[in-house]
Amino acid sequence: MKKNNPSPPALFLRFFRWYCDPKLMPYIEGDLLELYHERALTKGKRHADIKFIIDVLLLFRRGIIGPRKRNNYTKPKFMFSSYFKIGWRKLLRNKSYSLINIGGLAIGMTVAIFIGLWVYDELSFNRYHKNYDQIAQVWSGSTDPQTLEVGGAYSIQYPVGTTLKNNYPQYFKHVLMSRGVGDFTLTAGNEKTGKKGLFIESGALDMFSLKMLKGNYHSMDDPHSIVLSQSAAESIFGNEDPVNKRLQIDNQMEVTVTGVYEDMPRNNRFSEVQFFVPWSLYESATDFVKKRATDWDNRPFNIYVQLQPNTSFAAVNAAIKDLYKKNVPADFYSVIEKNKPFVQLIPMSTWHLYAEFKNGKPAAGRITFLWLFGIIGVFVLLLACINFINLSTARSEERAREVGVRKAIGSGKPQLMAQFLSESLLVVFFAFIFSIGLIFLFKNWFNELADKNIALPFTNPVFWMMALVFILLTGFMAGLYPAFYLSSFKAVKVLKGVVRSGRSALLPRKVLVVVQFTVSVVLIIGTLIIYKQVQYSRDRPIGYSRNGLITISMNDPGYNGKKEVLATELLNTGVVAGMAAASSPVTAIWNTTNGYDWEGKNPAMDAEFAICNITPAFGKTIGWQLVAGRDFLTALPTDTANSIIINEAAVKYMGLKDPVGKELIDLDSKGKFKWSKTIIGVVKDVVMESPYDPVRQTLYFYNRNSAYNQLHIRINPAVSAGVALAKIESTIKKIVPGTLFNYKFVDEEYALKFSQEERIGKLSGVFTILAIFISCLGIFGLASFVAAQRTKEIGIRKVLGASVANVWQMLSKDFVVLVFISCVIATPVGYFLMSNWLENFKYRTAIPWWLFLLTFAAAVVITILTVSYQALRAAMMNPVKSLRSE
Amino acid sequence: MKKFQLGEFEEIVLLTIAVLYKEAYGVAIKKEIESRLSRNVSMGAMHTALGRLEEKGYIKSYEGETTEQRAGRPKKYFQITALGKKAMEYTKETRDQLWRAIPKIALK
Repeated sequence: MKKNNPSPPALFLRFFRWYCDPKLMPYIEGDLLELYHERALTKGKRHADIKFIIDVLLLFRRGIIGPRKRNNYTKPKFMFSSYFKIGWRKLLRNKSYSLINIGGLAIGMTVAIFIGLWVYDELSFNRYHKNYDQIAQVWSGSTDPQTLEVGGAYSIQYPVGTTLKNNYPQYFKHVLMSRGVGDFTLTAGNEKTGKKGLFIESGALDMFSLKMLKGNYHSMDDPHSIVLSQSAAESIFGNEDPVNKRLQIDNQMEVTVTGVYEDMPRNNRFSEVQFFVPWSLYESATDFVKKRATDWDNRPFNIYVQLQPNTSFAAVNAAIKDLYKKNVPADFYSVIEKNKPFVQLIPMSTWHLYAEFKNGKPAAGRITFLWLFGIIGVFVLLLACINFINLSTARSEERAREVGVRKAIGSGKPQLMAQFLSESLLVVFFAFIFSIGLIFLFKNWFNELADKNIALPFTNPVFWMMALVFILLTGFMAGLYPAFYLSSFKAVKVLKGVVRSGRSALLPRKVLVVVQFTVSVVLIIGTLIIYKQVQYSRDRPIGYSRNGLITISMNDPGYNGKKEVLATELLNTGVVAGMAAASSPVTAIWNTTNGYDWEGKNPAMDAEFAICNITPAFGKTIGWQLVAGRDFLTALPTDTANSIIINEAAVKYMGLKDPVGKELIDLDSKGKFKWSKTIIGVVKDVVMESPYDPVRQTLYFYNRNSAYNQLHIRINPAVSAGVALAKIESTIKKIVPGTLFNYKFVDEEYALKFSQEERIGKLSGVFTILAIFISCLGIFGLASFVAAQRTKEIGIRKVLGASVANVWQMLSKDFVVLVFISCVIATPVGYFLMSNWLENFKYRTAIPWWLFLLTFAAAVVITILTVSYQALRAAMMNPVKSLRSE
Repeated sequence: MKKFQLGEFEEIVLLTIAVLYKEAYGVAIKKEIESRLSRNVSMGAMHTALGRLEEKGYIKSYEGETTEQRAGRPKKYFQITALGKKAMEYTKETRDQLWRAIPKIALK
């Protein structure tokens, strides 16, 4: 063809070729071209161009446009099998890279799957119940008239239940009175076992949709019945049929087994419950409950409800909000009116994940950890994908020639992308198989760490669907960029041997390494701060001594009237250094009251105190420290009636200068004088509740009539705990025959208060280590690649006199700079996130600057160690060898 | 009843193919129509008409030689089939009949 031949507008020619029926195309195109050239000769190129465009546009009509599918020239199946074959060969050829890729991805996927299973487990909490969406618990709240803060609790007055049943029947299928889950002693014949049970109205079996193995949903209708969980039934009766067997609860209530239900799964609010007993039995057996039937003041109970199917929580909440106003007797309501009391339903779906209330609404709780770990999981997976991306693009030179040849033969960009994507899918698939193996290996360990019972649901088709989606998603996340990158090579350039791309190609790789290390460094900072916070709260002075201190719950009525005998007998054994009783164990506060007055009190103050009733020896037994005044004395009869001990927090709260000798006055609900007591001593704060919160203002009473149910025993430090416990047990059994010896070590109970934070610390520690490992794997691969690429350069440098140290420094510097940038980015991010987290704790540690320095140093040292292996290997290579090949 | 379906433009194309006899290919047909009937013919309209005529079986095509100007694309020559000839005759016959039926006075 002649050079000066004009050519028609390429865009329209392409357009024509695109739409034209391939059978007609050559002829019509020929006609078009012939006309074009003729016109171009006679009337000029411009005219010809316009005419050509018009022609092409007018040809775009039925009869000329070809059928849609024109490109099915190869059977894709064969193409894909070829892609996989080539991918497989590439994997085999570079075993170390493949190992880094698959290993890194497998670890990332394992973390992601574990976290996914954990999140799933948390989200399916309580979903065992078929009526999950309709079950709620009644919550009563009030507004503090001073701070205007809305607070409240699940504990509720008896008449609320009666009112809900009688005045609002249209909304509820079930309204069930209940008392909190408690520890009980079950006696079958002579055998005694401790079990956790729940007193609740008989509709519970139906409401919780329990799977009844024996009996039915009416099994609790008889007041003297008990329904056991399968495991409880087996532990009490073995293989015998439990139905119609007699049992005794706490040596006072006679019941007959009428049903057995399948154990609830572990991720359930009621999974700890081992038996259900009818509320009616509790009510008839306990005077205390009967007295509460019309009591609008005390709130010791719980109410569970199930809605009617045709109504909603919002509608019912609106209807029952003013229940107190309508039903509380007017004289009492006028007393509590200033607090604006109300009731609301808290749906089952929020019980677990949104257990913390903010201004009277479920706001936060475990959902925070769900997000936290969900994000960590995504990031760890992302780190592994970044490894894959970096290694594949870095090694693109090896594939460049292949891409060139494929393009020359006629492969288009989509085909090449399909090829590289299928390769990454192959890698991800292997990684997935590996990670399933890893999950099997580490499942038990993870379950222990996370306090879960997680298994891979192999029989669940949804799991397989999710696995497939997960593989595809990871494959795309890891493979999309390399596929774009590799398939966009220009065939001509590549085949000529020019692939070395400049800085622009290196930049994304560097950015990705920075992302990796930023994530890792943030995780390191986070983990260190969590550990520091736990350690800080652990080292907090607790105001008493935990060593060798045990508590025993004296719920058995057999203890009544024998407490003094027990004390003398126990002290006579010689294994007990001291003992005392109290209304609650030293690791908890069970009672708070308000309505006190004292000299110089701000009248607006609500005056709320934590209450603990103790016997005189309590202080000495737990080893508290008096700062002023004296302890209770058994010898002084006036102490029970007139004396009180307070803690330092209470001194501060009450604003007293010289507290000993001051009077504390109790007022009744109508503000009238009830009694007054003299403060005889002040003790250092005893941490009884959360070690993260400030100690509450506490009043210690010595009250003869109080229920001193918690026995505290200090084991003689000269005697070993085992010997001492055996002696104590035999003594107690001698005095209270047939009771269950159930003791708790105070230090263990106290350690439990840290379990949640420790668990998070451990989990995030593990994830951090894995994230660092994956990141290091990535730069290890990159470093080895860089070293291999610069073999010749290093050889020449060495010949010219560079030392090993020089070369090592040259190769390591790049990576260290990147890690340093990551540290700079990670500092504010980590600081911001962790100071937010610490806000949750009132008693919290500071974030010291050296912690960041430590993290930086650690990150840099780890990087240098990782890179050095490759750098030194390259630097120590004999230049003769590296330069000779070619 | 319509025995042979033939549109006005199709008829012109068919006749032109007959006129051109052995030289009837795209550009030639287009030019012939344009010069004889002095009307513009778009490539689109013409190729659609050709396609339709071939579909109806009035014409058949065979691949011919190429020229440098066509950049290697072959020409496609068209030839009238026996059916096409019948269609032409039928059309002409119906027209003549109509012409004959016109009373002389009407066109005066």
